[in-house]
Amino acid sequence: MPNKISEVSIVIAGEAGQGVQSIEATLAHVIKRSGCNVFAVKEYMSRVRGGVNSTQIRVSDRRRTSYVEKPDIFIPLEKQAISRLADRLQRNTMIIGEAEKLDDKRVINVDFTRIAAELGNPLYRSMAAAGCACGVIGIGLEKAPDYIGEVFAKKGAAVIKSNIEAFLAGYREGRKIADSKKYKPELNRVATVEKEILLSGADAVALGAVAGGCDSVFAYPMTPGTSVFTALAEYQHKVGIAVEQAEDEIGAINMALGAWYAGGRALVSTSGGGFALMTEGISLAGMTETPVVVHLAQRPGPATGLPTRTEQGDLNLTLYAGHGIFPRIIFAPGNTRQGFELAARAFDWADKFQTPVFILTDQYFVDTYYNVPMFALATKSLKKHIVETTGDYKRYALTEDGFSPRGIPGFGTGTICSDSDEHDESGRITEDLTGISLAMKNKRMKKFAALQKAALAPELYGPRKYRSLVVAWGSTLNSALEALELSGLKETALLHFSQIYPLHKDVAKYLQQAEKTVALENNETAQFASLIKLETGIEIRDRILRYDGFPFAADSLAAELKKMFRARSAVRHSWPNKGE
Amino acid sequence: MDKSIYAKNDVEIAWCPGCGNYGIRKIMLQVFNELGIPRQRLVYCSGIGHAAKAPQYYDLSYFNGLHGRALPVASGIKAANPDLKLIVESGDGDIYGEGGNHFIHTIRRNPDITVIVHNNMIYGLTKGQASPTSGLGMKTTIQVDGVCETPLNPLLLALTMGAPFVARASADEPEKTKEIIKAAINHRGFALVDVFQACVTFNSTNTRKWYKENTYFLEPGSHDEGSREAAMAKASEESPWPLGIIYRNETKKTFEDNLAPYIAGDRTPLYKRSRKSEIVRRLLEEKR
Repeated sequence: MPNKISEVSIVIAGEAGQGVQSIEATLAHVIKRSGCNVFAVKEYMSRVRGGVNSTQIRVSDRRRTSYVEKPDIFIPLEKQAISRLADRLQRNTMIIGEAEKLDDKRVINVDFTRIAAELGNPLYRSMAAAGCACGVIGIGLEKAPDYIGEVFAKKGAAVIKSNIEAFLAGYREGRKIADSKKYKPELNRVATVEKEILLSGADAVALGAVAGGCDSVFAYPMTPGTSVFTALAEYQHKVGIAVEQAEDEIGAINMALGAWYAGGRALVSTSGGGFALMTEGISLAGMTETPVVVHLAQRPGPATGLPTRTEQGDLNLTLYAGHGIFPRIIFAPGNTRQGFELAARAFDWADKFQTPVFILTDQYFVDTYYNVPMFALATKSLKKHIVETTGDYKRYALTEDGFSPRGIPGFGTGTICSDSDEHDESGRITEDLTGISLAMKNKRMKKFAALQKAALAPELYGPRKYRSLVVAWGSTLNSALEALELSGLKETALLHFSQIYPLHKDVAKYLQQAEKTVALENNETAQFASLIKLETGIEIRDRILRYDGFPFAADSLAAELKKMFRARSAVRHSWPNKGE
Repeated sequence: MDKSIYAKNDVEIAWCPGCGNYGIRKIMLQVFNELGIPRQRLVYCSGIGHAAKAPQYYDLSYFNGLHGRALPVASGIKAANPDLKLIVESGDGDIYGEGGNHFIHTIRRNPDITVIVHNNMIYGLTKGQASPTSGLGMKTTIQVDGVCETPLNPLLLALTMGAPFVARASADEPEKTKEIIKAAINHRGFALVDVFQACVTFNSTNTRKWYKENTYFLEPGSHDEGSREAAMAKASEESPWPLGIIYRNETKKTFEDNLAPYIAGDRTPLYKRSRKSEIVRRLLEEKR
């Protein structure tokens, strides 16, 4: 054991239905309430029962917000969990579980099944496992009973009592292991952590949408986009949100457009395959200049692909979705705070610019959660960009900047006419090709300029005077930051984009300052690097690309970065490179 | 030139001379005149096709969207503002063909909208291919050996899905059709009026004369429109096809009634509601 352990990575794995998720929730909340920074992410198979699902919990006295490959403590609930995680286990990984069942010499025996049986219900097994993990690191004893009481409040006192007993029995076993191994992580409590909020990427986007005035959501369930839909459905009565599960994604996007047309602020949440169905609706939004906000949580494709895994492969789909030419905005939050802020901003910008706004996330982003300081909230009341109309109102009145004041039916005396056909200023069909039809095309083109001007700048992390630059977007932010720190690379900075289209005007300047740039993307073709080349003419030839369905892990990424920056010549690089 | 305040007269109408669409437009304008619905409260939705151009010729708000997608847009509008009077006017290809899935599920959803389907049993805008309601054996440039797919019975399908108002009318019977459409608009919930209409350019089978000879109006008292079983039996009848209100059920809750913003009876449209940052703070604090 190293002398001082100031952070611990715990992995718990079992079959779907064995309570891995409730262990994750228990550990995350209890640890955070105990004043330690916590991070959690799950990886799971696309099934309701069986298979192997795992969750990683990181506990640290520093803020740690990314996935790492290597666990310090591993609690397999099933034998097959060990072989599934084999690549990630280290010589010093503590493997704790039911020795007889797991049949592995490395296992330190704790009989969770027996603990549960003694309490009268096999379901208590997962709570015993959660208690054991807490016991090994010596955290959570004081906070667990209250948390368990809240979670099982509806199940009655007997269930609460037994769950607490299961936790405590597990905890005692965990302490025994720590004592016998002389395992003493020094996880200093941070007073402010207890007051922080603990939420997932999905929660952050959903709550950001609420902050942005989202008042309706239309969606068809599709992993991993469903989580934002579910969160908003949970808040519907508290907030007043119209929630409808559409018959399909085509229905969902058209409902959202109808709602915006009539003065609502609608969201659709989907994944790549569902979004593919929505593309004609996106084009309709472009033509009718109807605002709409789309949350797209990516997963590996093509087609059904790997439904429960992560990838950043739908950038091009989002960028080019919809026939014809019309402006759009694409955000890609890198952390939960950005998820919250950009989701709120998406509603304002969609309304203001009368154009589709996308929030591009992925499975890793929506399923990841960690404690963060309370988000800043707007002090001004929310502004809706709509106007009361008069009898002579024209929905598509030609203006200098291309934006026509947006009226809605029922507010004022005007009529609001929107048409998917090319139209005149009043919204009626036209085929006056060289007259109003062309003027409408130019009107939509003018909006591109305004959107470009408004674009959010990428954020530079690390030294201002850098020689090397890592370029990343969306959910890779936290892993990239921690990997750079672990790598010890000097004069290397990270340029992270949370708005990926349109690009901010300074992008080229940032890139030109570096002697060497590396694109970091969770896809196999570096779609964002291609977009940068298209927009700036600058080619980023070095690439670290991961596309095995996993997110970048801080530890293995640090090793990749070191390798990349040691190499003298520019090389195309892909990762993982097993079997090459 | 129509003097109705609901009419749009300064646009060129794209329909063929003699098209049944003109008759339906005239009926609709009379319906609006007689019901006296404020113009600002009326909103039209349509998809694509010749019938779907109808909103162009009224002086009313409209959202003329994509082929087959009028119904989900209409649902979205009602979700944002339940007090708008919403009319969908589109064709058989748009509503029953391209929009078939939306037709089924919008009926289940039951928004308070009136759906007027111009049913001429042919595709007009694409120049004469079979529609889902084309009769067996009809020859077209695509169905060169004649239609061999079973025609869709929209009334029966709507009844099966639980539609609370189902009727069939005819463009050539303005007086009776007007009354049916008025009843449909006054009905609270999803109301379907399938309107038989001749396509004078591409359908030489289902002509005005054919409709006259193959339809009949239900006599008052001859049919129990409150009985779903009787309605299913009536909707199944063909050659001749019955016209009139086939089914009416006033008791069904609407889509809007069940949505969280309105469920407690407050019908304030979403645009008039504000979002307090206090609720956001509370929800965030629950994450502690």
